[in-house]
Amino acid sequence: MDINTQIKEKLGNRITEWLEHSPRRIYLTVDKESIKDTASILFNELGLRLSTATAQDLPEGFEILYHFSFDKTGQFFSVRVFIKGKKNPQIESIAPILKAAEWIEREMWELFGIDFKGHPDLRHLLLSDDWPKDEYPLRKDYKKPYEK
Amino acid sequence: MSHKVIVPIGPYHPLQEEPEFFRLYVEGEKVTDIDIVIGYNHRGIEELAEEKHFDQIAFLVERICGICSSSHPFAFVLAVEDLLKTQVPQRAHYIRMIIDELQRIHSHLLWLGLAGHFIGYNTVWMWAWKYREPVLDLFELITGNRNNYAMMKVGGVRRDMKEDDFPTIKKYLDELVPVLDMFKGAVMDDPVIASRLKGVGILSRQDVLDYGALGPTARASGVDIDVRRDDPYALYDSVKWSVITQKEGDVFAKAVVRILEMYECVNIIRQSLSKMKKGPIDANVTDMIPGEGIGRVEAPRGECFHYIRSDGTNRPVRHKIRAPSFMNVASNKVSCVGGTISDAAITLAAVDPCYCCTERTAVIKNSTNKRIMNGWDLIKLSQEKTHRLLHEAGLKR
Repeated sequence: MDINTQIKEKLGNRITEWLEHSPRRIYLTVDKESIKDTASILFNELGLRLSTATAQDLPEGFEILYHFSFDKTGQFFSVRVFIKGKKNPQIESIAPILKAAEWIEREMWELFGIDFKGHPDLRHLLLSDDWPKDEYPLRKDYKKPYEK
Repeated sequence: MSHKVIVPIGPYHPLQEEPEFFRLYVEGEKVTDIDIVIGYNHRGIEELAEEKHFDQIAFLVERICGICSSSHPFAFVLAVEDLLKTQVPQRAHYIRMIIDELQRIHSHLLWLGLAGHFIGYNTVWMWAWKYREPVLDLFELITGNRNNYAMMKVGGVRRDMKEDDFPTIKKYLDELVPVLDMFKGAVMDDPVIASRLKGVGILSRQDVLDYGALGPTARASGVDIDVRRDDPYALYDSVKWSVITQKEGDVFAKAVVRILEMYECVNIIRQSLSKMKKGPIDANVTDMIPGEGIGRVEAPRGECFHYIRSDGTNRPVRHKIRAPSFMNVASNKVSCVGGTISDAAITLAAVDPCYCCTERTAVIKNSTNKRIMNGWDLIKLSQEKTHRLLHEAGLKR
């Protein structure tokens, strides 16, 4: 059974959208609530590798793409999650299941202000420790020093 | 009775050229825990990329790192080409491969020299860097630059290679093989290096999978991954080469993987040179469409990942960059713990860390809460200077 069918079968109705940009670049959308189960199934049961995650600031909220790589076939699965609303964006951390997510969640937390619930060690990674609160440099409304 | 003592390494690293900070928690000689603090090299490149147009970004991302400076633009152009589904001409593919493989040779030689230096074997350092020099000369011959080659372009490459230069490149490759043999002997058969590096800084197969380690770091622990073979880009599926793996996962295995990989680089370049046919080098991309694209490249340190989202304008809405060291450096948390302090230096260096890549942004505030000069201020100053000069020359629009 190929990996696409396996993923579809294991994730079942958690998948709300399946998009094949090309045979090796696949985007799937899941609900925010089921991201932990999804990550666990993809990593523990199907043996996918977490490559990284991309957060994005959208007008209606935030979006996180968890990029999983299946190296046997060279396919790249990007799991898309929407977080609605601009105030206090929250999502469950996948770092307890996947150590590889620890640093990238810290990065998304400090650059986008997305709160990862259950992260074992949520503190600054790239920015300095005295970075002002509520300033998230990769948000679209962030004012750069020379714009202030 | 044992106390817990913290041994700080960095931010001014005594050996490495880049700033990073390791807090080693030790009991006696033994490292019991480690805290890795990075961020000293954060320059805001992801944010900067959102303000540049697609043609400029290739130059920008080239400056993320001076060592793997063709991997980042390569991954970036692949991401844009994935978005646009561009067909790149065959000759451009081969030129990209030759540049990328030459870069791998120079990067691995650089690491080998540094590793020798770290364990006090300075002869290897001098030799490795001596033989790295001709690779930079080759780069100068092919691209005009010793570093930051400026070859990658969305749709192709910026400069063609001259057929007249091929004999020089081939001659260099012929001369490199005996050098590699020498390094193979100097490292793999040397009893001193073996007793210094074998069994040091072991990263198990499971740790590699947990931390998502990449490239030679993963391959030295028996995890057989290589983007060039798994998700072939350019024309890597048209040349014959093999992925080098070792089982031990210690620093010695990582050195062996890198040395043997250089033979494969030579292999790939030779085949690319002979398979390359004359023809166009650019697909002449003119239009941008909304969408998203992913590009990944096997950089000397592992998978280099770029993600692009476009809204159809000439600038990306989001540009995510993940360099291999971002995953590899985090894996030091396991490889270093349990060893001794004296092993820590080489273990931390064994992943071939590249902090420039790992961190990509900076707006700095000092303790008095005053903003000090950062990248933006420098750009602003530079733009002001340009405007002033234009004004003085009477060219001001």
